[in-house]
Order: sequence, then C-alpha cells, then structure tokens
Amino acid sequence: MSKTDELDADAIRELLRTEGDGIKENTRHFNEERYERIEEVGSETHERYRSEARQVKEDAIERLPELVERTTAAVEDNGGTVYVADDAADARRYVRDVVDEDDAESVVKSKSMTTEEIELNEALDASGVDVWETDLGEFVVQIAEEGPSHIVGPSLHRTREDVTELFEREFDTDERLDTAEKLTAFARDYLGERIEDADVGITGANFVLADSGSIALVTNEGNARKCASVPDTHVAVAGLEKIIPSVGDLHPFAELISRAATGQHIPQYLSILTPPVDTPTVDFDAPDEAGFGGSDADREFHLVLVDNGRREMRDDDDLRETLYCIRCGACANSCANFQSVGGHAFGGETYTGGIATGWEAGVEGLDTAEEFNDLCTGCSRCVNACPVKIDIPWINTVVRDRINRGKDPGFEDLLVDGLVPDEETAGTPLRKRFFGNFETAAKLGSATAPLSNAVASAGPVRAAMESLLGIDARRDLPSFERTTLRDWASDREAAVTDPRRRVALYPDVYTNHVQTSRGKAAVRVLEALGCEVVVPDVGGSGRAPLSQGMIDTAERKAEAVGETLGDYVDRGYDVVVVEPSDLAMFDREYERLVDEDVHRTLSDNSFELFEYVYGLLENGADESVLTAGDGDGVAYHSHCQQRTLGLEPYTEAVLDRLGYDVLTSDVECCGMAGSFGYKTEFYELSMDVGETLADQFADAADERTVVASGTSCLEQLDSLLAPAPRHPIELVDPGA
Amino acid sequence: MSSVAEFQQSLSRSDTESTVTTPEEFASTLADVVDRPAVGAALPFDAVDLDDAPVTLNPTPTQLREAKTGVTAARLGVASLGTVAIQSRAAGDELVSLHPETHVVVVRERDLRPDLEAAFDWLDDRFDDGERSFVLATGASATGDMGALVEGVHGPEDVHVLVLADDE
Ligand code: SF4
Repeated sequence: MSKTDELDADAIRELLRTEGDGIKENTRHFNEERYERIEEVGSETHERYRSEARQVKEDAIERLPELVERTTAAVEDNGGTVYVADDAADARRYVRDVVDEDDAESVVKSKSMTTEEIELNEALDASGVDVWETDLGEFVVQIAEEGPSHIVGPSLHRTREDVTELFEREFDTDERLDTAEKLTAFARDYLGERIEDADVGITGANFVLADSGSIALVTNEGNARKCASVPDTHVAVAGLEKIIPSVGDLHPFAELISRAATGQHIPQYLSILTPPVDTPTVDFDAPDEAGFGGSDADREFHLVLVDNGRREMRDDDDLRETLYCIRCGACANSCANFQSVGGHAFGGETYTGGIATGWEAGVEGLDTAEEFNDLCTGCSRCVNACPVKIDIPWINTVVRDRINRGKDPGFEDLLVDGLVPDEETAGTPLRKRFFGNFETAAKLGSATAPLSNAVASAGPVRAAMESLLGIDARRDLPSFERTTLRDWASDREAAVTDPRRRVALYPDVYTNHVQTSRGKAAVRVLEALGCEVVVPDVGGSGRAPLSQGMIDTAERKAEAVGETLGDYVDRGYDVVVVEPSDLAMFDREYERLVDEDVHRTLSDNSFELFEYVYGLLENGADESVLTAGDGDGVAYHSHCQQRTLGLEPYTEAVLDRLGYDVLTSDVECCGMAGSFGYKTEFYELSMDVGETLADQFADAADERTVVASGTSCLEQLDSLLAPAPRHPIELVDPGA
Repeated sequence: MSSVAEFQQSLSRSDTESTVTTPEEFASTLADVVDRPAVGAALPFDAVDLDDAPVTLNPTPTQLREAKTGVTAARLGVASLGTVAIQSRAAGDELVSLHPETHVVVVRERDLRPDLEAAFDWLDDRFDDGERSFVLATGASATGDMGALVEGVHGPEDVHVLVLADDE
C-alpha cells in the first residue's frame, strides 16, 4: 500500500481530477463543524483545554521511560502482557506469534494508524490469516487495495458513487447499493459475520493510561467496542507516545479530540477499558447456549507498544513535538493544499497532512518525507487548529532544511555556491537557493529596471527559468520598480512636526522593490494620522529563505533585522509592517531564530499596518483625513498568517469605520503562498486552491473593489479575478 | 435548569429519546419502550430490576443477535452532553448495549453530573474503587464513511434513555 511516486505535475493533476472533489467536500465540512463546535464551547475554554493537553503530553514524553515501566507493571498486574517492540518488524513478529499461538484463522481490526505504519495486515495475510478492517472507511480502502488518504477518514477521497461501484463489483451483489444507508447496512452485516467468526480482535489505542494499565479508544461506529469484546483475545497496538499518566489526564483530550477531528463535542463512543475486561466473551459456535454461548475461555490481552523511531524522535529537539500528536487530522483539514489533493499526494507511507512530515521523517526517514514536504507552504492555518499546539510549519521547515543538507552538490551547485550570499551547504537545490535569495534578485532587478523586467519577461528567458529553476512560464513575474520605497522615502521632507507617535515602517522586499505604491500609501496614511515615519535601511526578514528550508540563512537575516529594528525600538519607534508574512516572522518564527529578548522586543513592538491604524483611531487620531468609503463595496481577502495571528478584524474594522461595505473571504489560503505558486509542478494545484477564493468573490468583483493584505494573495487574485487588486491601505490613502 | 431537564435537552440534540420515570412506574414505562424480542443485563440498582421485564438476561448468542432491544443500566449521565457511562460487567452490559438495534438505557437522576469535567472526577473515584472499564456513549452509532451520515453501524441505531427520578 505504499506509494513512492515523486510528486510531479502529472500526478497532482490526476489527483486534482479524481480525488480533489471528495477531499474538498469532506475536509471543508470537518472544518466548518470544528469552527462551530469551538465557538459553542467558547474559545477561552477551548484554549484552556489545549494548554492542559499540551502540558500533559510534554510531561508524559519527558517521563516516557518511567511511564513505560508503570504501564508494564499495571497491565501485568491486571493479567495482561506488554511487549515493547523496537521496530516495525519486531512488532509484526510479536503479533503474528500471538495469532499463531491462538491458532487463529481470522482477525478483526478496528482502525489503527500504528498497525498501518508497521504493515501488520500484510504480515498476517502472508501467514495465511484472514484480516478484516471493520471501520467502514478502512474497509473501503482495504477492498480497493489503496492507502488511506486521511488520518481520520481513510476513504475521504471517495464519493458515495465510487463506493457503490466498488462494492457492487467486488461483492457482486444482487441488490443495488446506491445509497449511503444501503452501503452501510451491507458493510455492517458483512463485517458483523466476520466479527462473530474472528478469533482475535486487534485495536489501536488513542491513549494508554500508565497507572491503571488502561486503554482509551475513540470511535463513532462502535466497531472498536466489538473488536475488543467479542473475541477472547484482544491485541492493542499503540505507539509509545500514546501513554499518559492516569485517567484524570485524559479529560482535556476527551474534550478536544473529536471537536478537532470531526467537529463533535464528544465521540459517539469513548471506551476506557482496563483489560482483561469483565464482559463475557461471545461464543457464536454455541449459538443456543445461554450466557452468551457459555464460554469459560479466559480473556487474553496483549498491549504492543511500538517504538519504531519514536525514542529517537524524543531525543530530537525539533521532531519531539510530533510525539504530542493525537492524530485528529485537523492540520490536514485546515490546509488549503490538502483540501485540493488529499493524502495520496500530501502524505507518506502512512501519515497524511501537515504533521505527516514529522511522522514520516521519524518513522520512515527523510526520503519519504521529501516526497511531499514541499506541499507545506508554511501558511500556518494548522497552527491554531492543532489541539496540542504543535508548531507544524516549523517541523516542516526543519525537515526541509535537513533534506536540503542531505543533497550531494552537482557541478552547477558548486558554481552557484560562491555567487549567492547564503549560509547553505552546496547541495541545497538551485531553485530553493534562488527563491531563498529573492532579495538579491530584487536588488538587482530594481537597479536595472525597467531593463530587468523586459529581459525577465522575454520568451527565451522564461523558457530558461522554467527549465533551470522550475518557474512556471504561465505565471507573471513581479515587476521591479527603479525607485525603491526607501529611495522615495529618503528624499522626502519630514511632514509631521509634533508627532503623535514615531513609526519605523518595515520595508519588506516586495514593498520596497515591487509594490512600492502600497508602501507610499502607508507612509502618507500614517503621516496624515500624525506620525513621524521613517523607512529604515534594513534587509529581508528571512521569510524567503525560511520557506525554502534554509534555516541558517534565515537566522542570519533575522539577527540583522533584529539588531536594526531593535535600535529603532530603543529610540522610541514602533515597528509597522505591511506584509503579514513578515510580521508573522517577527511574532512567531523569530522565537526560534534570534535571542529571546530580541524576539520579545520585536514581537511586542511590531504591528500590522491596519492594526496600527486602528490603534491610532481608537486613541483619538482624526479619521476624517483619510479617504472615506461612502458605502463603496470592498471584497477583502486577508492573509493566512494574518488570520492565524488574529489580525484580520482590524482591516475590516477600519474600513467599516470609514464607511466602506466590506465582504471578507473565509478561505484558508489563496494558494500562491510566496514562491509555491511559481513552481511548475505546483502551478495547477495553486490555481485550484485559488479558485476557491475566486469563487467566493466572483459575484462581488463587479461591484466591489478587490483588496488583499498579502503580496502573494494580490498576485493570485490578479491572475484569477480582477486585474491589479490593491492593498487596502491604498483605498484610504489621502494622497492617492 | 434542573440537571434532568438539561440532560434531556442534550439527549434530544443527539437525536436520543428520553423518558423520566419513577421506581413505581418503571416496569410499565420499560414495557412501553421495549421492542421485542429483547435482551438485558441485570441492573445494578436497588430500587428497580429487570426480573419481571420482557427481556432475556444472559442470552444465547442467537438471542443476542436477533434481539431488537437491549436494556442496560448506565452508571453515570452527563447533563451537558447527553452522554451515558456503560460499565463492562460480567452481566454483559457492553454486549447488550451494542448489538441490538435499539439500546434502552436506565440512568438514575442522582447519577447525573453537569459536565465532562465532573464525569472525569467521578471516573477517577471509580478507578480508585477498582471499577475501571466504562464506555462513554453519546447517541447512536454513526458513520460518515459511505458518503452521508448514517446511524446504526456496528452499534445501535436508536437509543432511548429512561431517567429514574430520585425519591423526593
Ligand atoms: S499535528 Fe495536531 S492537528 Fe495535526 S493530527 Fe496531530 S494533533 Fe491533530
């Protein structure tokens, strides 16, 4: 069931066509339900559970060796057996031995990603045992002989029609199975018989409780309950990371897991079992014997705790967090790219979605992670979705960096090595170094504009860029301005004599070299509101190299920016940022890249442009100096990272206050995501994701001015919807 | 709102019927909601039992398979969610509550707790007492795997909760 195809444009196109619709519909439904349930419970309460859950996991992983011992003692005390398996082969062998000793001919299973990871079904199959997946989604992919496309919903990529066709063909049914009800009834009856016949039941465990030797199982269908209660032998297979200390620690997870996964307040069934349980086994071979068949067989219980790379992950400062994952799939559902292609592209051997990079890197290796790692654009929409607060984009970045470093340099890499001012090893792919060093290209581009723009858009040059750098020729390239924002600003006279506040406007690479008009508008607006504005001489934030997994280069940039802007803060300036992805750097990623106090200084004193304008207006600045809306319609797309930081409402509030009629999009991401949409193999995926945004605005675009906060979003909207959309600051600019 | 009223409201949100009854009326209320043939697991309560009820205790596998209704106790109800806690007991509560199409579950008013947090405090105490296997069940079994939400998969399609009012 493995899939090792490298991602290419053809594979992605095929998945967009065949599986995209099913995945989109299902993941978006999960998303909407998740948002609704969290609102019902209240974000404060939800955040409290997230913090508690995170704390429990941090402690449990820290104390893992001790908890493994306690679990073993407790399970053995109860009359069960614990086996700690070093790797997948070891785990397979142990389970096979248990099944052999039982003379078992057939096994029923409830859904367990860990058994997929260790390829248990294949092993049992090979030794002649019938294995049946009883979760309906798993049953579908088992019958179809394919891998799961989603951690929670393995058959999420299949529509009802697909499944009808599959079942009717496979089981040669007399009756049509053309409704979800008929399909469900068929599968229930078919699997019901398999469960009655089974000698061994295999389940996973969502949680293992060390103190009591219990396991917790989350299901909606009830199949895990049957697998654990009908056969007299129960084998539970779980990763080592599933252990938490005691039943009390389970509470925050019981609150969170289904809300995050499927948008339910609680699963239909949360089983907390301490095997061997008192429930009598059912002997269907003695159908007319009272007392459930009257079997006096003792229940047998085996808990298989799988290491398979986990103890090494625990020792790895960057991958450790992966072990906190409770496999809810929210990171996949909240991911715009995942919504379009699903886990058959965005996933490895077993795991799918954002966190799959961490899991696959840890249990399989970098090669497997590399197959899909580039699908993470770092948009950060998963960050708030994760119930245990894992910094998923960071894990993706670290793994990307490790993949880059593992490359052997080719001849042209060595040639480039001396030319680009980065800190990367020579094997780092050329294209990554090009995008990661975009600042260098931008400087050159401005210095030689308009010639640079003419050359870059010439056919032969585009063809060369496509073949050498994989930059899709269908994309418009940014056009560099000869006069940068900084040049423009340094020629200006100071306009405000007795400033209300002093602002250092951060000239991100795009605002400085490409979209200078939004920078100029920002300066005029801030001045009109009584601020002194300077545009400091400072380089890129490190966002570009970071997005390519070039962490050392990003770190060097971050240190330089931290020093320069830190000086301004010390001298009483507030830092105002136009580009949301750069603000997100200062706020989030700098925590990992610069000293703690530098990060704190920047994060405390940096503001998104409209957040800042809002603050000025709230504190008495005169809004009448800005260009009012008079009821004009605006279609506004915020930026993914801006939304993660909770900064979207400020733009809405300011525009609203100035009399604009604002319609805001609610898509997770525009699909452009920095360099992502330029890359040849991702162009169509990027456009597919963008379509969702375009669809939301399609009706509105005629009557409303389309505005967006992020550079990438503007480029995407430009190609999909309306030519030359603008940054919202340009609407309110008094000097426009 | 009393916890019984909140519990019933939560149950109706998860499409679960409920009836409030008293120890005196229990037998007749139960007879009304049980669809025969029915199986049951002896109730661990003093005030009521299934001795004269139209249900088979300790059924045969065939009876379990063919029963339309399964009657069990719940040791706990969660008012905010409509969740009940079924204990894994030798009487077969787990099997009886899971196999038949309809699950009739009896919960005492005094065993209601306001929310999941209180339910876990209760569980913590049960664990201390050595009672350590429960299923927290909410509504009918369900799946979305076949393209639409369908109730009644490996577990019951309908759940009916009888709330046994405390004596005044
Ligand atoms: S990383 Fe977080 S959001 Fe993703 S599956 Fe794991 S717990 Fe869920």
